[in-house]
Amino acid sequence: MTALVVFLCLILFAIIIVQIGKVTELAAKIRGEEEVQDMANRRQASYSLIFMIVFLVACVVSGAYYKNYMLGYGPHESASEHGSSIDSLFSITLFFTGIVFFITQILLFYFAYKFRAQKGRKAAYISHNNTLELVWTGIPAIVMAYLVIGGLDVWNEVMPDVGPDDEFIEVEATGFQFAWQLRYPGPDGQLGTRDFRMIKEGVNPLGQDWSDVKNHDDFLPNELVLPVNQKVRVRITSRDVLHNFYLPHFRVKMDAVPGMPTYFIFTPTKTTEEYRQQLSKYPEYQVPSPADSEKQMWETFEYELACAELCGKGHYSMKKLVRIVSQEEYEQWLSTQSSYYLGNIKGTEYDPIQEATTSAPAPVVEEATPVTEEAAAPEH
Amino acid sequence: MATTVNPTIKDKDDLLIEDLGYDDHFHEHHDGDKYQSSFITTYIFSQDHKMIAKQFLITGMFWAIIGALMSLVFRLQLGFPDDSLAWLKPVLGKWIQLNAETGMGTLAPEFYYALVTMHGTIIVFFVLTAGLSGTFSNLLIPLQVGARDMASPLLNMLSYWFFFLAGVVMFASLFLSTGPFAGGWTAYPPLSALPQASSGSGAGMTLWVVSLVFFVVSVLLGGVNYITTVLNLRTKGMSMWRLPLTIWAFFITAIIGLLSFPVLVSGLLLIMFDRGLGTSFYLSEIFIGGQALDHVGGSPILYQHLFWFLGHPEVYIIILPAMGIVSEVLSVHARKPIFGYKAMVFSILAIAFLSFIVWAHHMFMSGVNPFISNFFVVFTLIIAVPSAVKVFNWIATLYGGNIRFNSASLFSIGFVSLFISGGLTGIFLGNSALDIQLHDTYFVVAHFHIVMGVAAFFGMFAGIYHWYPKMFGRFMNETLGRIHFWGTIAGSYAIFWPMHYLGMAGVPRRYYRFDTFDSFSHFTDMNQFITIAAIVVFALQVLFVINFFYSIWYGKKMTVKNPWQATTLEWTTPINVGHGNWEGNIPTVQRWAYDYGKDGHDFISQIEPLKEGEQTAH
Repeated sequence: MTALVVFLCLILFAIIIVQIGKVTELAAKIRGEEEVQDMANRRQASYSLIFMIVFLVACVVSGAYYKNYMLGYGPHESASEHGSSIDSLFSITLFFTGIVFFITQILLFYFAYKFRAQKGRKAAYISHNNTLELVWTGIPAIVMAYLVIGGLDVWNEVMPDVGPDDEFIEVEATGFQFAWQLRYPGPDGQLGTRDFRMIKEGVNPLGQDWSDVKNHDDFLPNELVLPVNQKVRVRITSRDVLHNFYLPHFRVKMDAVPGMPTYFIFTPTKTTEEYRQQLSKYPEYQVPSPADSEKQMWETFEYELACAELCGKGHYSMKKLVRIVSQEEYEQWLSTQSSYYLGNIKGTEYDPIQEATTSAPAPVVEEATPVTEEAAAPEH
Repeated sequence: MATTVNPTIKDKDDLLIEDLGYDDHFHEHHDGDKYQSSFITTYIFSQDHKMIAKQFLITGMFWAIIGALMSLVFRLQLGFPDDSLAWLKPVLGKWIQLNAETGMGTLAPEFYYALVTMHGTIIVFFVLTAGLSGTFSNLLIPLQVGARDMASPLLNMLSYWFFFLAGVVMFASLFLSTGPFAGGWTAYPPLSALPQASSGSGAGMTLWVVSLVFFVVSVLLGGVNYITTVLNLRTKGMSMWRLPLTIWAFFITAIIGLLSFPVLVSGLLLIMFDRGLGTSFYLSEIFIGGQALDHVGGSPILYQHLFWFLGHPEVYIIILPAMGIVSEVLSVHARKPIFGYKAMVFSILAIAFLSFIVWAHHMFMSGVNPFISNFFVVFTLIIAVPSAVKVFNWIATLYGGNIRFNSASLFSIGFVSLFISGGLTGIFLGNSALDIQLHDTYFVVAHFHIVMGVAAFFGMFAGIYHWYPKMFGRFMNETLGRIHFWGTIAGSYAIFWPMHYLGMAGVPRRYYRFDTFDSFSHFTDMNQFITIAAIVVFALQVLFVINFFYSIWYGKKMTVKNPWQATTLEWTTPINVGHGNWEGNIPTVQRWAYDYGKDGHDFISQIEPLKEGEQTAH
């Protein structure tokens, strides 16, 4: 019934609109085409001037209104070393494009208004002007060259891989539908080898090759914890489809490609706590937090890891917490992490080293086989 | 089709054509007009370029409505994620999941992604390629170069029917039980290659590929025809430098399409091999659905190269015809020659050339060697120069004009405004360092919707309002047209401008909801505002559709041959153009297409000979 009423209303609305159109056409007939066109020119020309003013004012006002949520323009400063150069490049580009935007929009709508058809006036015959054309080809070319050089400078600073002498922490992030699996190298500082054929859901999520001793101290934590002011190389891989390792606050983004590990190198410069303090000064963050009504929004702020490459129906939910901590806290956290191999693999049927060293497999292990597999099955 | 003008009464144009025209003996073949002898050959399997243009246009409008409705559904999800969509259940069926207790209906995430994917595919290919280029290339190329029809009317007809077939297949895929393809309009493997990865990647993806292959056949048949017609069927005197900018744009567009679309087909074929024949072009080391697959050694990035080798030129395939239309319409209604005609042509050529060497700027963050990106940054930002030249030339065309405001000229001015706004954000995205942060955020969504989505639609609207009298012998209603314009430009900016802020806040595109991340959840009000604006803009397009169809039968009749006082050849044809376009001789061309306001004349038609001592300064 409601649908019918809505439908009828729409039809009625359409009829009214068409009638308005018809009436104006009739009026045109009575008044004379030329007269009507003349009036239209005056009206539409002034509308374009009004539109220009409203549009440009709205651009500025809305930008100012939302600035405290935007990365780089309020409290959301970059939390990584290279991020600030990206942010300043953004600002420089915004400055130049902003100038061009205002000049061209103003000229466009102002000329439309100024040169509206008027009785007795004639258009000028101007087919081209070589000097002018040279100038407005040249100026954009120079500005673009400036922006390109600035941009490539930053790009070639940020993107190259680590050198042989660099000190850095290596961690690994692996995307799969629909979550991230993190891996830290453990005390030896080296990530062990992987083979996708060895992946077993619930047992060996990354397909680590347990015969490689480098794997034995690797651990798989639930959140990305990193010390402040230390260079990090994230090895980014995928288990199934494309994903994208995206840390918005650190200006970090890189696709995770199955079969081809990628990387991103960055240095966090602000701990989670420092970032919270930074937010606490802004009224937008002095409101009750949706996560915990006892606290204010800035108090519950966390860095987040997201996916930025469409990977299927759960793409929007691939969240992991990221915590940036001081060196001491980091070391303390490291000491609480235990090797995945020691906790879950060693001594089970999946441990190739056990098989090699013990001549006869223990019956206990054999019995355990079906149980483990059944336990893993529902997760598929 | 009774003509209101007595054909025996001849005006100045007719006399000029009779006098200077070229007799190709077209009308001596009076064994009945085989092209328009029955209802079927006139309206359905027509080989007349004007009818085919209308077929492209109306099919394009059908798809535009479907594509826009899809966007409304996913905008409702994004703006009001916690409101019930149960009322859509009768239409969307199982894709609306009802909560048994509360009766709350939610949109299934996989269908949300299917909608986003179909919206992109439909608007990019079916509406802005076929609907825009297909319509106006067909309508205007023969009329403006002075030809009886396309070089091959049969291929032209086939071009439409392959497009139609592509549409039928795509439409059918919407009703699959596993849903249409849902992996984004770019269809990146492995997501698109593995049915285990997404329900839409099963039969949905197969039909998507089949549909696009038919579509490419359509584009190629059309393109070969456009190129041949422009090169070979120009009338006497119509040198390349006398072509209106519309024709230049359509001509170059067709060449780009011919060179780039086949690469898409090859990319899609390899996907089909990976899906069906067990090859590993794009697949390597994948564990999915509890199983390690056999594929090793392939690279998903190879697909991205092949896709964007079409994908980037594609955006120019969309925007160049709109640019051509706007150049022509602005010039006619400003009563001034287009400023810097040759610079405009060279800009088109430069853009077309550069469009082939910038494709990897879509892939800065995909894991390609960062060193390679340097080249793509340079070439990408060079494109800003010819684009800027075009903008300045349009603005300079208005300067000193005597602008006649109507729906066509308003949409042209709106096009320039949108092209500036959207083009400038391209300078951010083309710079790879900024792309680290902006890639796949709403900043990109805002950029391409403004610069090649809405802007191309504006070019299309300008063309429709301007050439409607040529197509249907009547005018569209002006008042409704102006309401349509002001509402659409304000509404489009209201939709897409705020998305820049979302992007600058880092909000990724293609998210089903934003509250999963604290970082992205601050913009509830803005998302609601965008959704409401989208609904309003859609209502205005309904108004346009009503105006369009109403005016076909009841619009104000065209009583003069050249209602806009334009110089180009299409306005020298009779009011109700029959097959063959001109009744007697073909007109010959004596001058360029932009003699407006010259030597005290309001306009001088292209068929008028140069007067003694007349300067041709252009």
